[in-house]
Amino acid sequence: MSAIEIKNLHVSIGDKEIVKGLSLTIRQGEVHAIMGPNGTGKSTLAKAIAGHPAYTVTSGDVLIDGQSILAMEADERARAGIFLAFQYPSEIPGVTIANFLRAALQARLADGEELDVSTYYKRLYEKMDALKIDRKFTSRAVNDGFSGGEKKRCEILQLAMLAPKFAFMDETDSGLDIDALRIVAEGVERLRGPNLGVLLITHYQRLLNYIVPDYVHVMWDGTIVKSGDKSLALELEAKGYDWVKKEFAVANSL
Amino acid sequence: MNSPANFETLKVPAADAAANPAENPFVGIDQSAGNFSYDVKYDFDAGAGLSAKTIDYISSVKKEAPWIRDFRHRALQIFESKPLPTHWATRDLETIDFSKIRYYLSQGQKPKRTWDEVPDDIKRTFERLGVPEQERKFLAGVEAQFDSEAAYSNIKELVAKQGVIFMNSTAALREHPDVFRKWFGKVIPTADNKFSALNSAVFSGGSFIYVPPGVKVAHPLQAYFRINAENFGQFERTLIICDEGSELTYMEGCTAPKFSTTTLHSAVVELVALKGAKIQYITVQNWAANVFNLVTKRGLAHEEAEIKWIDCNIGSRLTMKYPGVVLKGRKARGEVLSIALANDGQHQDTGAKMIHAADETTSNIIAKSISVGQGRSTYRGVVHIPKHLKGCKNNTECDALLINTNSRTDTYPAISVRGQQHAAQHEASVSKVSDEMIFYMKSRGLTEAQAMSLAVNGFVNDLVRQFPMEYSVELKRLIDLEMEGSVG
Repeated sequence: MSAIEIKNLHVSIGDKEIVKGLSLTIRQGEVHAIMGPNGTGKSTLAKAIAGHPAYTVTSGDVLIDGQSILAMEADERARAGIFLAFQYPSEIPGVTIANFLRAALQARLADGEELDVSTYYKRLYEKMDALKIDRKFTSRAVNDGFSGGEKKRCEILQLAMLAPKFAFMDETDSGLDIDALRIVAEGVERLRGPNLGVLLITHYQRLLNYIVPDYVHVMWDGTIVKSGDKSLALELEAKGYDWVKKEFAVANSL
Repeated sequence: MNSPANFETLKVPAADAAANPAENPFVGIDQSAGNFSYDVKYDFDAGAGLSAKTIDYISSVKKEAPWIRDFRHRALQIFESKPLPTHWATRDLETIDFSKIRYYLSQGQKPKRTWDEVPDDIKRTFERLGVPEQERKFLAGVEAQFDSEAAYSNIKELVAKQGVIFMNSTAALREHPDVFRKWFGKVIPTADNKFSALNSAVFSGGSFIYVPPGVKVAHPLQAYFRINAENFGQFERTLIICDEGSELTYMEGCTAPKFSTTTLHSAVVELVALKGAKIQYITVQNWAANVFNLVTKRGLAHEEAEIKWIDCNIGSRLTMKYPGVVLKGRKARGEVLSIALANDGQHQDTGAKMIHAADETTSNIIAKSISVGQGRSTYRGVVHIPKHLKGCKNNTECDALLINTNSRTDTYPAISVRGQQHAAQHEASVSKVSDEMIFYMKSRGLTEAQAMSLAVNGFVNDLVRQFPMEYSVELKRLIDLEMEGSVG
């Protein structure tokens, strides 16, 4: 069983430090949730781990099974088993979902190996049906003209097809109505299992009603200030983030 | 006159080292498909430079009728009297040294009927270019040109039985002057521009095709061109006449090896679509980066006829090409779909011309260009709808994609619409492949080059889909290779 270890990570964008010494280990089979108000560095953390070029790791490390991934490009990290479900997925005009996923899967095969097309389409349709994505979407350009809900479902479709080891879901629930949220959450739940480690980044408790996390972490000012199990999320919901702020302030002053 | 010369084995220069990869990861064109040349004996060699003697030599070798020799001589005079069009076109044209170019070169071979009869060294060249396979699989007939003269031609029985004439320019003018003389030099008059005049003086090779009334040619007809000597120019001349109600698709695709001195390709293509006829002319051009590709292409569409140019320019140092349609008859339709990719050291100066000369004619221009590294792409379009016409429509769309910030694109649309009852629409856009899009694709496991390639293919996708299948596959491969910046 693999694990991804984030060790005292510091991430900056330009001169500004956003993530200030964050440590966390996620094993395959575990679902972690990170909650916290805007601006605390949740998205930055996910993007930095995925290898976004705008973010600089100034110190600390990220390791998969003891091997650092920080020297790897974004595509290498993806092929090593990392997946990022974007908060704002990009449009790719003229590139169909079918072709995009096929290219992504083909990229993971050894030189000379060819993806079996009929198996590919069978899998693709299966997963689209489960996510209630119209099969016609295979020939639509990725995210081009998609509603917010459609984009998020497309992210889950990619997650399902690419079968990573570790999935970082950046505000997957934002902008979704109740029905869309349920479909997306059920989609993620279906993928839950011993081979997938998940980090859910979210503001709101409601996603966690569908995807019950094993661990909940609260992020504040660039680092994790409190960890617990699913009941922590409920406590946050009840008391609000001010409660954490106060606790943190108290802890700091000791 | 020069005696026949034997060429020394031509040395292919070492593949260019990647120029400044730190600044431009997408450098170079994949030369490996065209980067070879063979020691070949040429039986007829007109020498370098152009004069009346060159004309006489060419005409004698081809045993041409006097009217054709006269046509050439007049054209030479016009060529010499016209200046280079550098008042609007790039001054790079001034680097062409006309005195150093060889204007005629051939194997002295008559066109062959079967593959087995073709000499081995020529066979080798075409085998590497894949001509035999394509002929078996897809095409009704292939006219393969090797340095000015058609070395191989084979018209399949099916096409010949339908009464279709398909031969090189020399043979066609000799054997069917009654068919071709009527239109030869009418769609594109010799004096149209300096380079149509040049072609009219020294043309050789190219395809002359006549399709009888009502005949719909099921398979695309195709030709190949190749330059295989230093300082050698290709001046093929193509004339396609589709009689009433007939239909034809014609494809041309070409490669050439890279040389360090200038190579000039100056072709003329004339299309005539009589009433209700349809002609589709598809070109994929991938000349090596030292070739000047200056081509005049125009079609004449009669009543209810349709002419469609599908033009893709990936290679060459400089391409100047503006496929056009003169919409002469009522309800005629003209279309130009154009893709241009300009990499480092390349300038694709392309576009379209639509001249409306009858009521209810429609024209459609869709031009997509990609500029990579320091490549430069220019769109020039002319759409002319005069005052006295009624019910004409034009749609023009030109989209440019910039890959690096120092690549360049220019657009010069000249649309003149006069009169009350016309509809003209023009859209233009310039975009960049965003870092966010690339990161998104990389986060799915695609390398930078694969991501860029997908983005570029996506950009041209709706045009590429209109190419016949085998071309859309080759086109995608060419674009992928450009994006990878692989060299030889």
